[in-house]
Amino acid sequence: MMRFLLLFSRQGKLRLQKWFTPMSEREKKKIIRDMTTMVLSRQPRSCNFLHWKDLKIIYKRYASLYFCLAIENQENELLALEVIHRYVELLDKYFGNVCELDIIFNFEKAYFILDEFLMGGEIQETSKQIVNRCIESSDMLQETMEEYMSKPAF
Amino acid sequence: MALKIVKGSIDRMFDKNLQDLVRGIRNHKEDEAKYISTCIDEIKQELKQDNIAVKANAVCKLTYLQMLGYDVSWAAFNIVEVMSSSKFTYKRIGYLAASQCFHESTDVIMLTTNQIRKDLSSPNQYDTGVALTGLSCFVTPDLARDLANDIMTLMSHTKPYIRKKAVLIMYKVFLKYPESLRPAFPRLKEKLEDPDPGVQSAAVNVICELARRNPKNYLSLAPLFFKLMTSSTNNWVLIKIIKLFGALTPLEPRLVYSCVHVVKYLGLLAMSKILKTHPKSVQSHKDLILQCLDDKDESIRLRALDLLYGMVSKKNLMEIVKKLMLHVDKAEGTTYRDELLTKIIDICSQSNYQYITNFEWYISILVELTRLEGTRHGHLIASQMLDVAIRVKAIRAFAVAQMATLLDNAHLLTGNMQRNGICEVLYAAAWICGEFSEHLENPMQTLEAMLRPKVATLPGHIQAVYVQNAAKLFATVLKSQEGNTDSTAAQETSQLMIDRLPLFVQSANLEVQERASCILQLVKYIQKLQQKDVEIAEEVNALFAGELNPVAPKAQKKVPVPEGLDLDAWINEPPSESESEDEQPKAIFAKEEPKHSRPRHTEVDEKELARRREARKQEQANNPFYIKASPSSQKAVYYKSHKHKIFPPCVLSFFTGLPMSDQYVKLEEERRQKERAEKKKKEKKKRKEKRSGRGKKHDSGPESEEDITPAHQVDIVTEEMPEVNSLDILYFKKSSKHKKKKQKKEKEEKEKKKKKKHHHHHHHSDGGGEESVQNGTVEEEEPLPVSVYQSSARHSVYDIQGNLQDGSQVVVSVIFENKGDSFLKSMEFNVLDSLNSKLQRPDGSGPHDGLTVPFQLPPGVSNEARFVFTVQSIIMPQKLKGTLTFIVKDSSTHEKLDFKLHFTCTSYLITTPCYSDAFAKLLESGDLKGSSVRLEGVNMPFHHLLARICFHHHFSVVERIDSCASMYSRSIQGHHVCLLVKTSGQTVSIDAKCDEPTLLGNVLDEIKQTFSQC
Repeated sequence: MMRFLLLFSRQGKLRLQKWFTPMSEREKKKIIRDMTTMVLSRQPRSCNFLHWKDLKIIYKRYASLYFCLAIENQENELLALEVIHRYVELLDKYFGNVCELDIIFNFEKAYFILDEFLMGGEIQETSKQIVNRCIESSDMLQETMEEYMSKPAF
Repeated sequence: MALKIVKGSIDRMFDKNLQDLVRGIRNHKEDEAKYISTCIDEIKQELKQDNIAVKANAVCKLTYLQMLGYDVSWAAFNIVEVMSSSKFTYKRIGYLAASQCFHESTDVIMLTTNQIRKDLSSPNQYDTGVALTGLSCFVTPDLARDLANDIMTLMSHTKPYIRKKAVLIMYKVFLKYPESLRPAFPRLKEKLEDPDPGVQSAAVNVICELARRNPKNYLSLAPLFFKLMTSSTNNWVLIKIIKLFGALTPLEPRLVYSCVHVVKYLGLLAMSKILKTHPKSVQSHKDLILQCLDDKDESIRLRALDLLYGMVSKKNLMEIVKKLMLHVDKAEGTTYRDELLTKIIDICSQSNYQYITNFEWYISILVELTRLEGTRHGHLIASQMLDVAIRVKAIRAFAVAQMATLLDNAHLLTGNMQRNGICEVLYAAAWICGEFSEHLENPMQTLEAMLRPKVATLPGHIQAVYVQNAAKLFATVLKSQEGNTDSTAAQETSQLMIDRLPLFVQSANLEVQERASCILQLVKYIQKLQQKDVEIAEEVNALFAGELNPVAPKAQKKVPVPEGLDLDAWINEPPSESESEDEQPKAIFAKEEPKHSRPRHTEVDEKELARRREARKQEQANNPFYIKASPSSQKAVYYKSHKHKIFPPCVLSFFTGLPMSDQYVKLEEERRQKERAEKKKKEKKKRKEKRSGRGKKHDSGPESEEDITPAHQVDIVTEEMPEVNSLDILYFKKSSKHKKKKQKKEKEEKEKKKKKKHHHHHHHSDGGGEESVQNGTVEEEEPLPVSVYQSSARHSVYDIQGNLQDGSQVVVSVIFENKGDSFLKSMEFNVLDSLNSKLQRPDGSGPHDGLTVPFQLPPGVSNEARFVFTVQSIIMPQKLKGTLTFIVKDSSTHEKLDFKLHFTCTSYLITTPCYSDAFAKLLESGDLKGSSVRLEGVNMPFHHLLARICFHHHFSVVERIDSCASMYSRSIQGHHVCLLVKTSGQTVSIDAKCDEPTLLGNVLDEIKQTFSQC
């Protein structure tokens, strides 16, 4: 299974974190620091896989963002790479040509999409259409903050 | 109270939402910490309000801050509050915050149990969804225990959306609360066959994880997984299942076979992709791929065949084909057998028979293939036989012997007319026996075989060839018989012809009839003369004198159009359109189609004509066979009918006189071994000659591709034919190495030069001793003083050739020719290295030591030695000075000869074919820099000009349109060089592009030089 997914910028700024197993804040912070330093120090044309402790770290850079996924040792690296790519495709579909700012300003949406795609460290839905449909219908239920702001409170 | 509410709503206007917070943080880069602490204060205020919306907004901001690394654990209770909101909008945010912030030691989690249970049973699937998602992140043993039952119920929810989430979270529950596994497992197993693919893959994922922890409990599921694996189209799931099998196989080895299937196919597919870029690495798995040919699955077999095609080499061709032949014998079903047959032929004939070292072997393979029952590729075998027999001169005697046996046994091939696909072979056999009849051992016997009455049952086009070639044979037989004193034998032969030919004169086939009656009359006339004791054989033979030579498909283009001939002009007035449409192109081996003679109405009015034309066009459009070379509507019917017939499996080895192809494999092995042994001997000698400490590192390991010298060579008619002025076709011997272009510079002894011409094709008009400097010339600085040892005057020719494998290596082949009459020995070759180019010397020798030339030169003998140079930069031409020292044996004097090696930039270019689309892409890429050159006063036809550039500068023509052509070449270091050559009158302009401007400049200079000398 997958252990965690991190998105960070080239400057090492965290943009999204998803922990599939519960972990204390201290552990999380340490892992984030390790990951960013390890991945960012990689040469541009080196391979996408790293070994870290008993995990395999699969990372891929899309524009200014690094997607970094930790999987257990017996998992398939290429499948993990494909998971990252599928997530990017989903983001792209939702935001329409996604960029880092989309994820910064709508970070909760990025989480919602991820939650429809992966769950508990496993792939939940491989179909892009189904994931998109679920997100759309959940969004229909959710009134936007703006709507709320313009509504009288009584 | 009312006032408070109003105030709250006004306040809210000024609340920061998440976007404001993010923007604010980005605007306060310098004092981020301070800004955030004020924000946190604000958030704390917001959390104190009763309004759930305000709280949710605050929690949302907190989640963001948590990501930035700030501690938000103090707000855990507020998060629970937001989670419990009845509105999905807030609930969603609440669960998100919880999943990000909660962990097992968060104590408020205990408070959530009831809320979560309520959400799980919510009528809204998305409420349930967020609850499950959140739970998956922060599930504790307590929660797992309390909620296990609820989640288990959800696994059978009506909505697949819920089912898949429930299945996935079950794994987390199992981990935290293992007791739940036993009751939940049957349901989980059920989900493997869920109608929804999402649920199915979720179940696969969970079971894979479980199986990995404890494989032996899940062995019983293997059949179910196997079913999934063969039926599922979802690659994600397939990979998981293969992984699962990986975990199970240590316990149940039989499983390997099942998943090997899928993996095998994928593996072969991947290999074929790799093969294109890294052929060497795939070749080492040859045996594995050959094994795949035994696979039950036809798609795997076909994949393996495709792979084999790409991986044959000189070394393994025989072995691979031998294996394939075994498979042909075993193969069931004509389709697969036919596929094998075409593949064998494809493999052998690819790139001009590049990999065939022994053509006798190939001919016998072809002959063996004729034993195949019911194949429809008889014409393929036939065309191969013809091609090989015509182009490989050395093989003709052997081929003729084989073909004669085939003709003798023709009744076996044609025994059943139903399978006449194979009788096409007789077409080739008859032609080869006739054309090369001088090689026949017993022409009389073959002649009789060709005139058997049974022949009349063969298809018309084959009979026609039989008749024509019987005549050729007749001529040969006459010739041999007339030499004898007994003239009756010759007369008997004529009588045989006269007896048998009438059968063909009656043939329904016009072609056969015409040829037969023509030849019959001829023979009758000959007989008359024979009775008068006139020696006639010479004249009869003259009928068929002269050899038919192969011509390159494009050779016609090279022939200049004679002046005053307009090829576009009509010779006769064009026939009316309707007539010309009737004619369809006919291939050599096309099936005869009964031509229904169409009654021609001469008086039809225009309208009627137009109507008919329309109808015909319609018909043609609907006829899928119309554009094909062989009108095969008839064929299709025939194959259908023969499919229903059950043939016995291949009839084997009924030919007695034919050698088995297998023996060649053995012979070839022996031949190579001998060659290797000889080579080793030579090497040993060489080593002995060398002084100690100069051991060369010739590896005597496995022979490399280059080491295998072919037993026969194919004459290859290349397309790039430099300076062909008439129909003279030049043959290039293609050696096992690269194509070599030799060029020489003559300074002395014109008569000897002529002798050499037979060996090296010389493409210069070398009038007046003007020498050109295209590829490189040896410039002997001081021609040896004639008085002193003119006898040892020497002559060298050299050729510089880049090494494709290594971008920095250049091989210089030098031909030493001893033109004097003294024995030369102890030759040493030395070059003064420059910074850029260095002669590669064996380890341990100094930078100025010479290299021993590994042979001695008796008078009048020439030999070739190769020297490797390492070159750093190839963008500039270079001249290296060198000396050759040698000892003249008779006088035991040391002699010295200075020379210069000219490394032109062209010698770093390697002729590389390029397709026009790739060429266009290259030009579009914009990476190339341009340059151009104009040549004035070039007085030669355009195609000569192109040929000259191709030949001297190693370019290949990409496309040619009228007086404009694009050309391409590549340097050994991978630079692309593109040319656009245009001509108008005597001016030629060359626009060129290359990724290395200096290299380009130099190449253009060299081209200019080439043309300035002509």
